[in-house]
Amino acid sequence: MAETAVARAEHVALAEHGAHAEPAAHVTSTGLSNVKLGMWLFLGSECLLFGGLISTYMLYRGRVSNGPTPVQVYDIPFTSVSSFVLLMSSLTMVLAVSAAHKHDDRGTNLWLTVTALLGATFVGGQVYEFTAFYNEGLGFTTSLFGSSFYTLTGFHGVHVTVGIIMLLALVAINNRSRVPGSKSETVETIGLYWHFVDIVWIIIFTLVYLIPV
Amino acid sequence: MAIIERPAPGTTVVPALTPAPPAITPTRTYGALRRPVAATGWKSWLFTVDHKKIGLMYGATALFFFVVGGLEAVLIRLQLAAPEGKVLNADLYNQMFTMHATTMVFLFVMPMAAGFANYFVPLQIGARDVAFPRINAFGLWCLIAGGIVVNLAWFLGGAADGGWFMYAPNSGPVFSPSHGVDFWALGLQIAGIASLMGAINLIVTVLNMRAPGMTLMKMPVFTWMITVVQFLLLFAVPVITVALFLLTFQRRFGAQFFDVAAGADPLLWQHLFWIFGHPEVYILVLPSFGIVSEVLPVFSRKPLFGYPFVVFSGAAIGFVGWGVWAHHMFASGLGPVSVAVFSIATMAIAVPTGVKIINWTLTLWGGKLVFTTAMKFAIGLIILFTIGGLSGVTHSVAPSDTQQTDTYYIVAHFHYVLFGGAIFGLFSGFYYWWPKMFGKMLNERLGSWNFWLMVIGMNLTFGPMHILGLQGQPRRMYQWTDARAGEGFFNLAFWNLVASIGSLILTLGILLFLINIVVTARNKARAPLDPWNARSLEWMTSNPPKEHNFDSIPHVYHLDEFFHRKYEEDAATHTMREVATAEQVLAELERNADKHIHMPSPSYWPILLAAGLPIVALGLIYSIPVAIVGGVVMLYALYGLALEPSVAVDSDFEPSANGASGNGHAVGASHG
Repeated sequence: MAETAVARAEHVALAEHGAHAEPAAHVTSTGLSNVKLGMWLFLGSECLLFGGLISTYMLYRGRVSNGPTPVQVYDIPFTSVSSFVLLMSSLTMVLAVSAAHKHDDRGTNLWLTVTALLGATFVGGQVYEFTAFYNEGLGFTTSLFGSSFYTLTGFHGVHVTVGIIMLLALVAINNRSRVPGSKSETVETIGLYWHFVDIVWIIIFTLVYLIPV
Repeated sequence: MAIIERPAPGTTVVPALTPAPPAITPTRTYGALRRPVAATGWKSWLFTVDHKKIGLMYGATALFFFVVGGLEAVLIRLQLAAPEGKVLNADLYNQMFTMHATTMVFLFVMPMAAGFANYFVPLQIGARDVAFPRINAFGLWCLIAGGIVVNLAWFLGGAADGGWFMYAPNSGPVFSPSHGVDFWALGLQIAGIASLMGAINLIVTVLNMRAPGMTLMKMPVFTWMITVVQFLLLFAVPVITVALFLLTFQRRFGAQFFDVAAGADPLLWQHLFWIFGHPEVYILVLPSFGIVSEVLPVFSRKPLFGYPFVVFSGAAIGFVGWGVWAHHMFASGLGPVSVAVFSIATMAIAVPTGVKIINWTLTLWGGKLVFTTAMKFAIGLIILFTIGGLSGVTHSVAPSDTQQTDTYYIVAHFHYVLFGGAIFGLFSGFYYWWPKMFGKMLNERLGSWNFWLMVIGMNLTFGPMHILGLQGQPRRMYQWTDARAGEGFFNLAFWNLVASIGSLILTLGILLFLINIVVTARNKARAPLDPWNARSLEWMTSNPPKEHNFDSIPHVYHLDEFFHRKYEEDAATHTMREVATAEQVLAELERNADKHIHMPSPSYWPILLAAGLPIVALGLIYSIPVAIVGGVVMLYALYGLALEPSVAVDSDFEPSANGASGNGHAVGASHG
């Protein structure tokens, strides 16, 4: 249900923002809009979620039972490439935000779509990787290493997927010019989420793949 | 619920009966459901986004579960009243103590505090609603959905039975073969969404929507403590989320996260649970600390002693509360360094708590004390919580704690802090804020009986448990035998009987409270505008408040703004003299009333979104396709919510004056 919980929070954030009927009419005590502040708080909470999952993985990564060990299954070059793709999507997300600030609808839609495609490439890579690992004998219940690996990276993959859905939904709504309120802030808020998911992946990639057991 | 609210003249004492709004056909948005427009009846509650109605529904839900959890407690005490108890069998007894704790912690104290927070935080900071009203409604329905899922297990093969902290291996299929633990894990997961959403919502509300002039250090202490609690929830809930997911994956999908036979480490669960579970203790008690910090100054006729100390000690408790979780695990073999560190941290956290107790006591010192029921409960909290706090300090001494772990001494300790602390504070809040919420005063005579029976009952119930525990009676044993009960003063049979009798007196006290509610509801007499001569902003509006809370948003110049509008210091004598009555203060606000106040509009989506969650939960337990159906419901509701503007378009407010409201005063809450 984390996936749905995340999806909900994200879409609700989108909605709350959309409801911003008169962007300049109301000044908040902090100067930050409610939606952006809400998103920052949500991301703070997400840090602890991934903290718990990463700790679980770190505890169990060496417990392989009769299954394959991390070194046997990991394909570092492949994952490096897909990590690079995901990191590049942060760049395109920034370009989308920049286009939105310039009220450039075409540019916004273009970069949002490219971001979603890069994200989808990463998720596709993860699906491929999971399939390969499974064929090499690492199932979800094979060992504690397998369970905690799939749980951690699976949660991250679901977060990316939710992000892709949000990006594409935003493009669809934007195409019909139905983003109420400040469009650039909507893009920015979703951007915050997207960058967060990328940053978490840097940590996961380092701790899970690069540091030997 | 009226969609439009206009300040009506002459509403100072009696709340306005808003004139029936003109017939409205809500605008169709994106081919989805039209907006609900019912202003009265059940629909106005089901689809409301008004923080006050949501607060009341939180409260009603919590009270219901309080009765359920209380009955479970009485059954436990009846079972233990005599040797070889026959009221419950071992299996049912396990379910009973597990669900008693789960219900009281997650479904009574937390939602009751959430109810007070929802109702009073916007009022205390001079806002018209919370930052995200629809997320607020969604949180309420999540809580209710979670409560239903957790308790559904009673009817579907037995409730959870592993104890409220659900240690492995008790949570595994060998020791808990029924679906109880699955329902428990998924139900708490859903209730956790409520807490997380509420946390984000209330923090944004407090940080962003304060009335002009209200700096953080002019906020009432209740709002401060609620803010600290929301930060604790924000960071604690995701940790239990992880733990509950791992447990669900283990029980449903064959992972072995906590299975020692598979090489797992059972301490993983304990750490994850208590990293959530110890901040949770402060999540339970800090709202009550906030309540008594409001009540004590009002009935001592003095400002709170050392306001900044009370605020910062609350924040310090919240902060240090993150570094003490392993004191729940002293008996699990953590190693001397960890034990020493957590032992010292635990001793340290007694300091800010002690600061609060001293500040409350010095607030009373030299005050003109008025012993209303609210005041009695507040003073009761100071004394009973201190007793619980002292036994808590004995737990921080690790060697002593190793002896006490899993005995009734622990049970005695946490009931003194949670019943004597958290629940007494909530009762103080009931009596203090009832006239504000319902426009009627709870009966003080019944209230006095209510208080004394609860004090006597609670001390008779939980006091003897110190003795029982030190004599070695373990908690969670479903029977004890006379042969091993001992003799003389320390005879277990005697003290067990006393505790059981005490629990019946306690029940009687709480029954009187419920009777008081009914008596008050039938009473025609309306409460005065300012019955207690109160100090903070929530009293600067009618009883109960209008839907838009304040006719005009007050400018805040002081801590205790309402008091300072009523009283001024006489320069010559340095005494306070009354310069305005509450009615006059209100009339002043009314004269400056905002012309157009647009409140957030009711919505179908929050309840629909929450309704998908129990379907997903049941699907995960019984059949995955059902879970997918639940997921589709939620996805539909999410898009509905996302595409619906939270404030209806202008034509819905005033069909005759299209577009005119652009000049009106936009409500801070209009963003959600």
